[in-house]
Amino acid sequence: MAVWLVRSRTFVHILSKKMRFLGVVPSRSSWDSSFMQYSSSSSAILPLVDNKYGSRPYAFFDNSPTRFLVPRFKSTEPERDLDSQYIKEDEDHDQALDFPGGKVAFTSEMSFISESGDKRVPCYRVLDDNGEPILSSNFVQVSKEVAVKMYSDMVTLQMMDTIFYEAQRQGRISFYLTTSGEEAINIASAAALSADDLVLPQYREPGVLLWRGFTLQDFANQCFGNKADSGKARQMPIHYVSKNHNYFAVSSPMATQLPQAVGVAYSLKMDGKNACVATYSGDGGSSEGDFHAALNFSAVLEAPVVFIVRNNGWAISTPTEEQFRSDGLVVRGRAYGIRSIRVDGNDAFAVYNAIHAAREMAIREQRPILVEALTYRVGHHSTSDDSTKYRPLNEIEYWKLARNPVNRFRKWVEKKGWWSDRDDSELRDSIRKQILQAIQIAEKTEKPPLADMFSDVYDKQPSNLQEQENLLRETIKRHPQDYPSDVPV
Amino acid sequence: MLGIINRKICSGGSSVLTSGQSLQWARSSASALRSYSSAAKEMTVRDALNSALDEEMSADPKVFLMGEEVGEYQGAYKISKGLLDKYGPERVLDTPITEAGFTGIGVGAAYHGLRPVIEFMTFNFSMQAIDHIINSAAKSNYMSAGQISVPIVFRGPNGAAAGVGAQHSQCYASWFASCPGLKVLTPYSSEDARGLLKAAIRDPDPVVFLENELLYGESFPISAEALDSSFCLPIGKAKIEREGKDVTITAFSKMVGYALKAAEILAKEGISSEVINLRSIRPLDRSTINASVRKTNRLVTVEEGFPQHGVGAEICTSVVEDSFGYLDAPVERVAGADVPMPYAANLERMAVPQVEDIVRAAKRACYRSVPLAAAA
Repeated sequence: MAVWLVRSRTFVHILSKKMRFLGVVPSRSSWDSSFMQYSSSSSAILPLVDNKYGSRPYAFFDNSPTRFLVPRFKSTEPERDLDSQYIKEDEDHDQALDFPGGKVAFTSEMSFISESGDKRVPCYRVLDDNGEPILSSNFVQVSKEVAVKMYSDMVTLQMMDTIFYEAQRQGRISFYLTTSGEEAINIASAAALSADDLVLPQYREPGVLLWRGFTLQDFANQCFGNKADSGKARQMPIHYVSKNHNYFAVSSPMATQLPQAVGVAYSLKMDGKNACVATYSGDGGSSEGDFHAALNFSAVLEAPVVFIVRNNGWAISTPTEEQFRSDGLVVRGRAYGIRSIRVDGNDAFAVYNAIHAAREMAIREQRPILVEALTYRVGHHSTSDDSTKYRPLNEIEYWKLARNPVNRFRKWVEKKGWWSDRDDSELRDSIRKQILQAIQIAEKTEKPPLADMFSDVYDKQPSNLQEQENLLRETIKRHPQDYPSDVPV
Repeated sequence: MLGIINRKICSGGSSVLTSGQSLQWARSSASALRSYSSAAKEMTVRDALNSALDEEMSADPKVFLMGEEVGEYQGAYKISKGLLDKYGPERVLDTPITEAGFTGIGVGAAYHGLRPVIEFMTFNFSMQAIDHIINSAAKSNYMSAGQISVPIVFRGPNGAAAGVGAQHSQCYASWFASCPGLKVLTPYSSEDARGLLKAAIRDPDPVVFLENELLYGESFPISAEALDSSFCLPIGKAKIEREGKDVTITAFSKMVGYALKAAEILAKEGISSEVINLRSIRPLDRSTINASVRKTNRLVTVEEGFPQHGVGAEICTSVVEDSFGYLDAPVERVAGADVPMPYAANLERMAVPQVEDIVRAAKRACYRSVPLAAAA
């Protein structure tokens, strides 16, 4: 008998622990009163006991165990208070539990959250493929000026990409990468941001700089690495930087700009400015650890940052099916407690509207926002890539022609009566001339002088670098034939 | 044998006492920096760091501290004790466990003009964020042609502690010091800790500030001048802790204490050693080191870290480049064993330089012991 008592006590102790864990039994203190209540009421506990523990334990749910349990489970005042606070019953007899992190209801039905929704998250779209507005209520109208600038800049970006790419192929610059297919994301997002918003790009967003006033000559100077480059030709092509345009330096390691953007946003938050940070990345970059750290942290810090993810289907040769198994990037927002939206990235107005709204929310509510723009990378990853090696040519052609964001927006601007064929051909001629001229000038401009090699390593040049520079100059004096004649000293 | 070659010695002097005359007495004391002056105040390295952080945060509202456990927990090693209460959660940020995350955030904040102090629980964990430190913080000013500066300080304990094994014991001085764009500081005493941390926070360049866990609790005498809130030590100047004429011993961080103890032992055997506390690994005070070697003609470098590509290797090269003719003996390099740090206490002891190792190395440099190779 004693043995049985001991065993039963242990069993009930274990069982009661389990049941407390599942929230069935509120606490040890109310064991006495509550299980009487449970056995009499039709609470959720009964099915649980039937399913999980079979009928045998139910045998314990009579009066006798309490006599054994009373000495062990003496309750205390605080426990009783806490219990009444934390354990509530609603009309469904469901009880909410308190855990670190907050209250959570429990369910007796074991079900796993599916790995994917029934349907994919829909993308927000304003214009159809013919540039006709789909009936949509929250459509921010833009002025003729803005619309024409948007279209012109998209054309400029497109042409700049084509010509610079060719220049690389001709051996005139060492590297280039295009934004083909993503002109709407580039320009429309830039148009929706204000000039005070700080931008941390990845590398496929020169359109944002273009919108903000970086000239074709500036682009050419950077790509050719000459002394007129505001970056002193320190970086390889397309790694633009312009503090004046609130555009931070393009940095080669992927996704590092994301937590840095959160840091910039934190600084903005401390300043209380009416501005946000916009940072760009791609479907590939979202696999980096920095993506996770940045999104997670931005939500905790309540930083006013808009994460713009360009999901263009390809990370060099890795298609999105091999990059992640989630429904794109928009679903990850909720995982971090971040409000998110998916937009048709080839619809300039959808992008414009979404970024405009995202920016407002980020600043007004001091929170991060995630915008996933779906699009397609029409061009190769860069001049070091030939994408026909890993994807069909007809797929590329389809996106280039039938789903072209520039043409689509053109149709809308023309229908509005703000643009004509003549305007178009004039613009394209003019842009082409400007780009070619910029390249010619950039090519002829001198390379940076020797002094630029040793400056800016630190705020003030340290003595060892001064020595090295002096030594180098002496060497050049002594052996002029070994030094290239076209590089200024 | 005196050096005859008359080479130009770089400006900067050799044994300039950087923190004022008041510490003259400390240098000649018997034991490592322990003074017996009745006016001496003592301060632990921990308190020195805490006071430096406190003063700099008070002086400049842009300075803020970020790291794991720096706030509510008062700092993993209590370095940031009391700062959360004093400055609030906006300036003392407890972060989620993501070195890459908070380092990136710190770099971004610095891009926009804040002055973050990022704490790594140990520099071993900085490797999870090393891209942000090297590719972003160190190189941004250069790559952006001065448009984007990064006035950030990365600090935390570095090197071996006691019984923490391989992944908690590595010394990162030479790793960070090899990268242009960074400054790397290694304080030893409380005065070093205060002066160098204040200098680091005020510096517009990214600074890696390597502390030592075992030194946090050690107490050092500190002058009134060093206690002043405007006190600052120059970055890039070493300190001659003990003057001597027979052999130069360079060391940094905890090894300075060991070198001073070794100097005591050597003094009893008639060898007068000059102990240099490097204080700054990048920029390295080559002029002080070379001036000392030109005086003593013999050099022993001491460090806790791995020997290959270490700080001692760099110092040796510097001396060979600038003062080869002055050397009377090969440079002796004392470093940690070339193995991941073992845990067992006896093995750990053998994997890190001890005072006896420094004594023997100095004797070898003075031709006072039989070289191993010749003992056939």
